[in-house]
Amino acid sequence: MTHTKISMAQALNQALRDAMRADDSVVMFGEDVGALGGVFRITDGLTAEFGENRCFDTPLAEAGIVGMAVGMAMNGMRPVVEMQFDAFGYPAFEQIVSHVAKMRNRTRGRVALPLVIRIPYGGGIGGVEHHSDSSESYFAHTPGLTVVTPATVADAYGLLRKAIEFPDPVVFMEPKKLYWAKEEVDLTEAQPGIGTAVVRRDGADATLIAYGPAVPVALEAAEVAAAEGRQLSVVDLRSLVPFDDETVCAAVRRTGRAVVVAEASGFASVSSEIVARVTEKCFHSLAAPVRRVTAFDIPFPPPKLEKYQLPSVDRILDAVDDLQWEDS
Amino acid sequence: MTTVEELLLPSAEPVCLIDQNGVPHENPSYAMPAKEALLDGYVQLIKGRRFNDQASALVRQGRLAVYPSSHGQEACQIAATMVLRPDDWLFPTYRDSVSIMSRGVDPIETLTLLRGDWHSGYDPYEHKVAPQATPLATQLPHAVGVAHAARLKGEDTVVMALVGDGGTSEGDFHEALNFAAVFHAPVVFFVQNNEYAISVPLSRQSAAPSLAHKGIGYGVPGERADGNDLAGLLAVLGRAVEKARSGEGPQLIEAHTYRVQAHTNADDASRYREDAEVAPWLERDPIQRLTTYLERQGWLGDDVRERAEAGAVEVAARLRDGLMPEPEVDPADLFAHLYAEETQQLREQAAFLRDELAREEA
Repeated sequence: MTHTKISMAQALNQALRDAMRADDSVVMFGEDVGALGGVFRITDGLTAEFGENRCFDTPLAEAGIVGMAVGMAMNGMRPVVEMQFDAFGYPAFEQIVSHVAKMRNRTRGRVALPLVIRIPYGGGIGGVEHHSDSSESYFAHTPGLTVVTPATVADAYGLLRKAIEFPDPVVFMEPKKLYWAKEEVDLTEAQPGIGTAVVRRDGADATLIAYGPAVPVALEAAEVAAAEGRQLSVVDLRSLVPFDDETVCAAVRRTGRAVVVAEASGFASVSSEIVARVTEKCFHSLAAPVRRVTAFDIPFPPPKLEKYQLPSVDRILDAVDDLQWEDS
Repeated sequence: MTTVEELLLPSAEPVCLIDQNGVPHENPSYAMPAKEALLDGYVQLIKGRRFNDQASALVRQGRLAVYPSSHGQEACQIAATMVLRPDDWLFPTYRDSVSIMSRGVDPIETLTLLRGDWHSGYDPYEHKVAPQATPLATQLPHAVGVAHAARLKGEDTVVMALVGDGGTSEGDFHEALNFAAVFHAPVVFFVQNNEYAISVPLSRQSAAPSLAHKGIGYGVPGERADGNDLAGLLAVLGRAVEKARSGEGPQLIEAHTYRVQAHTNADDASRYREDAEVAPWLERDPIQRLTTYLERQGWLGDDVRERAEAGAVEVAARLRDGLMPEPEVDPADLFAHLYAEETQQLREQAAFLRDELAREEA
């Protein structure tokens, strides 16, 4: 197959298009997803190709959007909905936590909800207030939800296809900052399974564990570290729930040192969970306490200040330096 | 000329075809339901009342954790399902157990939630009954989704979505009516206005002329019915279902009724209302008035009375027998129904619990 250079936004669009072509029961709806093609153009051209019954605009109401998706999934469809921006998904929180997450459980498996909630998330695009939240920990904390987030163009395509085919509801977190990142990819290549992390870079000295928008930053840090003589592994989680303990722990055991990198605030977060798991499962392999590089525990700052909030290469390298190296 | 507003607004008075004295009233818009429907309704009312009484008794005996009674609201509960076809859907709240039973769900399965051995006892697809919703009004957008999907699939399914007066204050009520109207979804929103949301009276819930009036803001026709008159309810709900099915979009019906008992057994109604307020509502009992009417018509023969009593006895016995033994619970259930495929983490937690229980037994 020929490899083409496309952006993550285009890959997501193609995934929706291919899923809708493959299965008539897949429907896409939300705010501005029709004629406009979504504020990030992820749904560009879908209404034109599939008609207004397959990709349509709704009234501006997120609880209604997710609630309607629940009913449509109950009645045999595979809805994919867009929350437009991270913080705009909060009005749908009750629907997601009380119903999307629990329907299979409360009905003893009789009612499954194969639906996808797409949430563009994270900072780094100069968004104003309420446009840059990292809300993944709220969803990861909720039993019954599956939470995934791609960091590469190829994964964006493959994970979204898998999420739409998945028999259970998936919260699909899209790192806004990476929407325009381009890669040469062959979309027909093997797709990642939900629940599988991947080692993006191999190195024997320490492991960086990252997901979503933090992955490219971790890879850049590993590049710099290599130039300074330290070989870092980089694990991209891809799936926050289910969590791939095996891949993560194998990497940490091999290196004996680990830093978790995440864009969300650290307190009571996915990053805290990773530290806890790694500490419990790999304690005897660890040469130093597991460190974290996360955002501060503050509301996401205004655009002119966001550079102080986001994890940076320098912060990652400083954390790596703190891992009790014998030679330092 | 009739204006759009007039078409959307409910009648000035709630529709009542048989008044509290059992006297029939001519209505220019709604015909009296057929004899057979009224007799069938009578049988179900008697059975529904016994279900409420028996469930309340089982709470006192500690067999149910809690029971929100619909005593006095049975006509709403029964009428809501009598107007549906088997392929239509019912979306009930926690107070709608009698409705669920009248839809054909086994009484024990109906009460599983309230017994406490699982969250929902029945298969929603078997009788097209959604799980009972305890958060208020959150089931209404689901009802819209089921209806919208049916429409996209070319099916003429109608969805009956139940909600209380308190539920109409929730955002999900607003969003569901708005979505249903915009997408022209065949949903009948049926508000059982029983005047209280636990302790808060309707006057603190809404300043609208009636809850049925709320429809006009969404472009949804509203109608009001006497919630203790089975005949009026069958006529009004039947018309609403017919309109929804024929492509006229969502309908909003408000039944004026009253919660004659407390919210649940855990509630002390004397803290927020006087007995004097309750008394006139006891005079408006839905069973009493229908009985009087049927007797005066000469329709209530011994055969119907016996059929009703036999149904009531049967449901009471079923509840007593079915709820008397402690339910057997399986700890493996805790982990079995979260995901289609159990995660590694849940497998580990299930194994942990199994080991712990094995050690306790040893």
